[in-house]
Amino acid sequence: MSKAKKLVYILISFLLSVMIASAIIAFSGYSPSEAYSAMISGAFGSTYNLAQTIGTSIPLIFAGLAMAAGAKTGIFNIGIEGQILMGALPAAIAGHYIKGIPAVLHIPLCILLAAVCGGLWALLAALIKNRLHISEVIITIMLNYVALYLVEYLVNYPFKSEGMIVRTEEIQESAELAVLIPHTRLNAGIIIALFLVVAFWFFFYRTKLGYELRATGSNLKAAETAGISNRKNIMISMFLSGAIAGIGGAVEVMGVQGYYISNMTTGYGFSGIAIAVMGGNEALGTLASALLFGALSAGSSSMNRTTNIPGEFITVLQALIIIFVSTPGIILAVEKIIRRKKVAA
Amino acid sequence: MNAIWMEHISKSFHGTYANKEISFSVKQGEIHSLLGENGAGKTTLMKILFGLYRPDQGEIRINDKEVKIHSAHDAIAYGLSMVHQHFVQVENLTVTENIIVGHEPKRGIFLDRKGAEQKVKELIDRYHFRLDPKEKIENLSVGERQKVEILKALYNDASILLLDEPTAVLTPPEVSELFEMLRNLKRENKTIVIITHKLKETLEIADRITILRKGETICTCNVKDTNEERLAELMVGRPVSFEVKRLPWKEDAPVRLELSHISLSRQKKKVLEDISLQVRSGEILGIAGVEGNGQTELIEVITGIRRQTGGTISCEGEVISDTTPKKMLQYIGHIPEERGVRGFVKGFANWENFILGYHNRAVYGTHGLLNLKKIRSTAEEAIKRYDVRTTGVDQTTDSLSGGNQQKLIIGRTLMHQNRIILAAQPTRGVDIGAIEYIHAELMKMRDQGSAILLFSADLDEVVKLSDRIAVIYEGRIQEERKTEDFSKKELGYYMLGGVGENE
Repeated sequence: MSKAKKLVYILISFLLSVMIASAIIAFSGYSPSEAYSAMISGAFGSTYNLAQTIGTSIPLIFAGLAMAAGAKTGIFNIGIEGQILMGALPAAIAGHYIKGIPAVLHIPLCILLAAVCGGLWALLAALIKNRLHISEVIITIMLNYVALYLVEYLVNYPFKSEGMIVRTEEIQESAELAVLIPHTRLNAGIIIALFLVVAFWFFFYRTKLGYELRATGSNLKAAETAGISNRKNIMISMFLSGAIAGIGGAVEVMGVQGYYISNMTTGYGFSGIAIAVMGGNEALGTLASALLFGALSAGSSSMNRTTNIPGEFITVLQALIIIFVSTPGIILAVEKIIRRKKVAA
Repeated sequence: MNAIWMEHISKSFHGTYANKEISFSVKQGEIHSLLGENGAGKTTLMKILFGLYRPDQGEIRINDKEVKIHSAHDAIAYGLSMVHQHFVQVENLTVTENIIVGHEPKRGIFLDRKGAEQKVKELIDRYHFRLDPKEKIENLSVGERQKVEILKALYNDASILLLDEPTAVLTPPEVSELFEMLRNLKRENKTIVIITHKLKETLEIADRITILRKGETICTCNVKDTNEERLAELMVGRPVSFEVKRLPWKEDAPVRLELSHISLSRQKKKVLEDISLQVRSGEILGIAGVEGNGQTELIEVITGIRRQTGGTISCEGEVISDTTPKKMLQYIGHIPEERGVRGFVKGFANWENFILGYHNRAVYGTHGLLNLKKIRSTAEEAIKRYDVRTTGVDQTTDSLSGGNQQKLIIGRTLMHQNRIILAAQPTRGVDIGAIEYIHAELMKMRDQGSAILLFSADLDEVVKLSDRIAVIYEGRIQEERKTEDFSKKELGYYMLGGVGENE
């Protein structure tokens, strides 16, 4: 499929989803137009709302890029959820226990640590895949649970702060990512996210290693014939994917929460799958679809507050978008039927 | 009487004509060859005749009666039968069972196996097929399996047989046997259409020939009134040269590629056994053999994709101990057997595929970066030099025609690594025009001193290009001689393992 055609398909998917969601909202006795206008103004209506939208998108950009980095090499990394946690906790710990260094050192140090921890955790899956020839899908799903309970243990016992809430101690001020618009989720992490979007594109399209990774991702045998080591590339790609996820976890700790809190990131990793698919596993596409998902999610919480329409309808809309985008077959089938009718007529 | 009569047949796919106003008629009891390059519209026309496609317009008559064929079922009812290039058979059932599947004769509620076997046996005897009706398909050779398909057609009382590239998978002795069978069928007043692009065979077997080019009928002629050059010109649309000119072969030229005692075992089964070959500068060594006799494995060993279990490979006089693909690419230019699988990456643009395997060279960028300007200009040069028909370096290789994909791969190989060349099926699925070009390029490299190891399932190609030929059978080299010292018959004899009658 050409790029233009892909874009058309995604737009059609989006429109279809909006239409079906409208029908569901109307069927449930609410006004779709009220719902959508509340959602749109909730997402973009004011500086505060817009900042909230972009802020909500930050972890989604990381998760989407992490997924796309694997997919470019033909890897389906469902372990992003776990890798986010494996990056978040070390960042929280380094953010609290390292003291007396300036922010220009402290922030990169925490980010780097999170990247390495997330990356190594993902690399473990690649090692198992290469050694035992098990699909990475299964390994990464399993490792999600291991990561979750490992981190939960650490935050419940060794690193638990004083008080009722299960969380770590607060990070030092020198490790905090500045909040750009007060009282919103929009923080300096967006700069890191945008930097990674550019770096992602540059790596895959302008470096020899990125070229090799894409070759591995599209055709293992042709890559092998060309002297490219697929095993090595799978490990590199997994590490990169996990590192991006880990950075996402660190940014959530350093820019939003200020500490690691139990059950902090539930679901980002899985949204990342949908975001990367919708973004065609490309840097800009992933950025765009992360922003869309951010807008939907920020819009739905605002809709919850300003109308009596439940925000869950937006979750329905999100789910519909995912279904249509990830199964181009549906739209292709519709297209076929239309074409056949034309021929018959 | 015309067995088949098709007039003004047109069929287009997405606005491009696959068949345009085609006229095609076959007399009853003749062998008619439908000749044309890949994409000329032969298969589309036959699929229309067999009810698999519906034509946009046109008229079809079978045995002078106008018919509407909406499905293969209709076609069979009119006495048509098609033998496909890749046949679908149930491996662990017998010949008879495969033939009767779908319309089993019954006695009461039971299968009338005896009766079916009897009928199949009668057919085999009548047409001299030399086949055991009780034999399981898995024990048969490709040639014998093809016989089963033809038998199936006869069992269904077909009077018109359509054969799609029937000789593509056969060895020379099997081809002569097939032709003998077809002549027998003709004597029984069966009508036969052979779809092919092989000129020599057409001239040998057909009574009349219809040539298609770019979806249109070019002409129909009697075999008596034509010859190979004329047919090729009609097929391609311009004069085609069959001659390859070559400089004299020098037996004292330095050996560039040497295999000594290569063997390969897989799951305790010997796939390659004690293969020793030498390829000298300025020669083409052709490997002849029926597909599946270890050629693919030998290619994989030489290119480092698979590690041999015994023996050594030497390039330029140096024994290579760690044969990885990366290492071997430094010595051997590899034109892979299946271009879609190993030759290029789907989704990659031409410029990306052009450097595949050579992308780490410093000319294409240092410090791990890709020098896009340099890569694109070199790829552009290659596209021009090797006549790759494409909209440019940014078009994806998978959207090119087979011939142009192959030209890109060959250009890539010859421009980067041409001292030793391993060319596997260099012209498979490629048009005559491109074949002519590829052969000339390989010959040019040979004359300039390249050592070329050629693997091809097309025996004519091996004979035409090679200075020497080695015949492989079940992973062993059966015989190795200078090309002129082999007769076609001898080659066929060794390709089948050196059994059966030899002069």
